[in-house]
Amino acid sequence: MSGTMNLKLRVWRQPSAGQPGAFRDYEAKDVSPDESFLEMFDRLNERLIEQGEEPIAFEHDCREGICGACSMVIDGIPHGPERATTTCQLFMRHFRDGQTVVVEPWRAAAFPVLKDLVCDRGSFDRILQAGGFVSVATGNAPDANSVPIGKEAADAAMDAAQCIGCGACVAACKNASAMLFVAAKVSHLALLPQGQPERARRALGMVKAMDREGFGACTNYGECEAACPKSISVSYIARLNREYLRAQVTPTV
Amino acid sequence: MKLDARVPAGPMAEKWTRHRTEMKLVSPANKRKFKVIVVGSGLAGGSAAASLSELGYQVHCFTFHDTPRRAHSVAAQGGINAAKNYPNDGDSVHRLFYDTVKGGDFRSREANVHRLSEVSAAIIDQCVAQGVPFSREYGGLLANRSFGGAQVSRTFYCRGQTGQQLLLGCYAGLNKQIAAGGVKMHTRRELLDVVIQDGVARGIIVRDLVTGAVERHAAHAVVLATGGYSNVFYLSTNAMGCNATAIWRAHKRGAGFANPCYTQIHPTCIPQSGDHQSKLTLMSESLRNDGRVWVPKQKGDKRPPAQIPEGERDYYLERKYPSFGNLAPRDISSRAAKEACDDGRGVGPGGRGVYLDFAAAIQRLGRPAIVERYGNLFDMYERITGENAYQVPMRIYPAPHYTMGGLWVDYDLMSNVPGLFVIGEANFSDHGANRLGASALMQGLADGYFVLPYTIGAYLAGSKLGEVKGDEQPFTDAQKEVEARAAKLLGVGGKRPAAAFHRELGRLMWERCGMARNDAGLKQTIEEVRGLRERFWQDVKVPGGANGLNPALEEAGRVADFIELAELMCRDALQREESCGGHFREEYQTPDGEAKRDDERFCHASVWEWKGEGEPQALHQEPLSFEVVALSTRSYK
Ligand SMILES: Cc1cc2nc3c(=O)[nH]c(=O)nc-3n(C[C@H](O)[C@H](O)[C@H](O)COP(=O)(O)OP(=O)(O)OC[C@H]3O[C@@H](n4cnc5c(N)ncnc54)[C@H](O)[C@@H]3O)c2cc1C
Ligand code: FES
Repeated sequence: MSGTMNLKLRVWRQPSAGQPGAFRDYEAKDVSPDESFLEMFDRLNERLIEQGEEPIAFEHDCREGICGACSMVIDGIPHGPERATTTCQLFMRHFRDGQTVVVEPWRAAAFPVLKDLVCDRGSFDRILQAGGFVSVATGNAPDANSVPIGKEAADAAMDAAQCIGCGACVAACKNASAMLFVAAKVSHLALLPQGQPERARRALGMVKAMDREGFGACTNYGECEAACPKSISVSYIARLNREYLRAQVTPTV
Repeated sequence: MKLDARVPAGPMAEKWTRHRTEMKLVSPANKRKFKVIVVGSGLAGGSAAASLSELGYQVHCFTFHDTPRRAHSVAAQGGINAAKNYPNDGDSVHRLFYDTVKGGDFRSREANVHRLSEVSAAIIDQCVAQGVPFSREYGGLLANRSFGGAQVSRTFYCRGQTGQQLLLGCYAGLNKQIAAGGVKMHTRRELLDVVIQDGVARGIIVRDLVTGAVERHAAHAVVLATGGYSNVFYLSTNAMGCNATAIWRAHKRGAGFANPCYTQIHPTCIPQSGDHQSKLTLMSESLRNDGRVWVPKQKGDKRPPAQIPEGERDYYLERKYPSFGNLAPRDISSRAAKEACDDGRGVGPGGRGVYLDFAAAIQRLGRPAIVERYGNLFDMYERITGENAYQVPMRIYPAPHYTMGGLWVDYDLMSNVPGLFVIGEANFSDHGANRLGASALMQGLADGYFVLPYTIGAYLAGSKLGEVKGDEQPFTDAQKEVEARAAKLLGVGGKRPAAAFHRELGRLMWERCGMARNDAGLKQTIEEVRGLRERFWQDVKVPGGANGLNPALEEAGRVADFIELAELMCRDALQREESCGGHFREEYQTPDGEAKRDDERFCHASVWEWKGEGEPQALHQEPLSFEVVALSTRSYK
């Protein structure tokens, strides 16, 4: 691997939800190309602590691109410049020595900033509570192979179910719309026989909750798919629209 | 300390059924009078919280995460076992039970393992009904694959994201109950103490991680489902937030800690690339279904892998363990990799790596089949290492991954503290000294969906529990202690970040309490860990305050607990003068380097009792007896 790099970081600092924030400049020194973006932040934070300063708060946990916790807007792009990649899986080999990198939190009314780069994505949970499930109580289930599911349907359901709930789709959208997130869950369950009984209720309930949480409308920019670390396709949004229309015309009994 | 496993009488295959039919029940109308606290919302906690709420209990569920969907269970890749025998290859409840007892190197409790195997099939039914998109065959039926330590295909999977999909299923169940008002979810709350009143667990103290407020919560029973403690090694495959704090606090309130030294080092992880490294990434064990493990036969062979001819490669797992080959259990595979590297035949930076080669599989099955099976893993490998594993073999090395040790529980999953239940990776119950692949997800969901909801009812029905509000003295005292500890951490005013101490601890533990351990090394490490602990409390720097979001404070608290736990792990490893499963004592091995158990002296679980600050813990034993699977030397040859 090539030698180490020095970068300039402009990072959003905000003490708490109610207080104003601002950018501050930091230097990241001797960054190895094999280091991850978050590891660069770890080392910067350790230096800040040694200097008696408060480290930069950011969310992260699995560092494997699956938990959906990490959430940095890097140079204006949620999760940074690499496609299909979460912030934690972004490696410094994609940056240049001397580069200035601007780092901000997700920005959306429905994701208020709690501190620095940490925001509150509880609105996503509330949307799912409005119908993103199959009502099956423990112990009620028939044998797993009693209902065959075609591989194509199972695969398409899995493609949608891969969503990690990070919110990059919202952060990328000019309207801060949560359509891709909602579409992924509605589609996942609509594609499976188990999801059929509550199919209409689910689509209506989740869309209503999405509106209530203050997410914007979808005007088909498609930025969400580009930012999605799991490359979830906007075609699921078309499916959501169909599901929603279908639900409106489906008699409840 | 009284350790009564309370295993029901009767033949092994009938114990659970009989126990279930005979246990006391809480009537439907009375269930809503009971409040149950569940700490943790991973597979174990999430499934328990949802199921208990469906039954009618008032459930309060806590997690330090911002949402249950981020629990570390989400990262499990490979799959979940169940004795369905769908492939018709001879699997059965008995065989899964047998494999698990043997895989655990005869250090688990037979009755618990049998129950686990019995309920395994229902887990798959439940998950499919929730809409978990398991991988399927073209005919529409569920696909299976094999995993380490088994000769049947009993592993169900969702591509390489099984844990994620199971967790999302379980989280959906939880959401359903939250919406119905049955579960009150408390996110971004870290458990910092367990409250014992009149000898019974009656509540918890948590810190609201956003406001910093310390809160008291009272209940009729407390369930800990807070996961494992592999992060004691600093570098592990666990998520950054995985911690021992919850179980360590409970231990300090009287809960016995069983077999702390039983840790699993996973054979297939991406090797460390430098000092900046914050965690290690697992490459699912399922890769060993098609990948072949090898190192050069010649020491210090620096040729690129493609230039090393077949005849000069050592496929050491296939050579040493012909009947299991690349699917030998984890402890055995990890040790074999270490041996090859110690022998100077390791590959990659620092010689700490072995090859996992897919060339033969790609030739046999074609690249599309490999993409279908492992595509996301190959992508992840490339993202991290910059190398394309379709073209060059992966490099892998063992890393700390799972902790079989944990809080001691009886057959009903209750610790020795009445009213304190422990489920999932946080307890010690089912895996003995080594866990087989795809069995942790199974255990977490078995505990949460199908065991605890029954056993907790029997406890509540059989106990006389007065009302507790949370303003009683034990709550007040515990809250004060929690606040004082935060103030103490903030007040040390040293110079070094907690992470620096954590890294140091990890290095010590990995070197001397990791894949191989010995008497002198462990004794030395105990001294060094004590020294580290002293230095921590003199020189740690925690900036910021106790009010508001302060990740540095959270981290420092966790590191302080890891340091204390590390000492206990070393003491446990020191007293266990035998090798079993993941616990390999260099003094106790066969001439060809295999683990040598000592059933005369060590056929028991070692359970440690807290004796107070500054006092060494006392050691107790739960004897283990093997009625069905005869004690024998494990052989995978
Ligand atoms: C990379 C990886 C891959 C794996 N792959 C597989 C696999 O293929 N098959 C398999 O069977 N097993 C696998 N495992 C093991 C398995 O994933 C875990 O053992 C299992 O998911 C643990 O589940 P759990 O519910 O016990 O704990 P977790 O999922 O870790 O959940 C712990 C919960 O407790 C909460 N918590 C923890 N501490 C506190 C605290 N102090 N205060 C408040 N809340 C707290 C957390 O927020 C979380 O909600 C894998 C593990 C790893 C690391
Ligand atoms: S930290 Fe989990 S997805 Fe990035």
